[in-house]
Amino acid sequence: MAERPEDLNLPNAVITRIIKEALPDGVNISKEARSAISRAASVFVLYATSCANNFAMKGKRKTLNASDVLSAMEEMEFQRFVAPLKEALEAYRREQRGKKEASEQKKKDKDRKTDSEEQDKSREEDNDEEQS
Amino acid sequence: MADMVVGRDKCGEQRLVSLPLSRIRVIMKSSPGVSSINQEALVLTAKATELFVQYLATYSYRHGSGKEKKALTYHDLSNTAEESETFQFLADILPKKILASKYLKMLKEKKEEEEEEEERNNDEESDEAES
Repeated sequence: MAERPEDLNLPNAVITRIIKEALPDGVNISKEARSAISRAASVFVLYATSCANNFAMKGKRKTLNASDVLSAMEEMEFQRFVAPLKEALEAYRREQRGKKEASEQKKKDKDRKTDSEEQDKSREEDNDEEQS
Repeated sequence: MADMVVGRDKCGEQRLVSLPLSRIRVIMKSSPGVSSINQEALVLTAKATELFVQYLATYSYRHGSGKEKKALTYHDLSNTAEESETFQFLADILPKKILASKYLKMLKEKKEEEEEEEERNNDEESDEAES
């Protein structure tokens, strides 16, 4: 499936917001600068992916994983990103565990509910039998 | 849905990642030789890209001439690509801009240099032939 050129771009609104939050208040960012940063970000993704892929291949794996991305950052001389990325990874994993536990809990509750409903039902049937 | 990593805590703080994962994934998959990407790698790449945007913007602003004007311009960014080793991979997509007239002048000068070089070579050859 061929990607259209627009698909390789990142949404302007989000990029703009990230830039604004990083710079001091009141700094004006020209449209050209914004567009340039957006393009740079896409190139960064490509570069990071290619680099991470090399690490995956070295590890004889076909799937890129988190450690490949972290290794890529070091390789690309963005060591400063490694610590915040590790934090983000931890937060993501916690969140995933939380979601999993929540859905497992829901399932338990559902099973418990179904069991008690069945118990009520059989009690009613017993009552009916007694009456007839 | 793998679209956005929702990391809102009870305090309602920011999401873990603002860039859309689906789009990041499209870009990653366009890289030759990439078969599959695990979800964690996708999230980290998106997060890294955000950090990169912040870094590129602040670095360019601090080193740029726009500081007095309280502005970030394309010029600041292309300077960064040219002068910083870390950002050199961006040099091709953030070229320096010059006036068309200047560019034409450069082309002309280059052509003249090449013509002079050729003449010199011809002279040498004819000298060799005579001796």
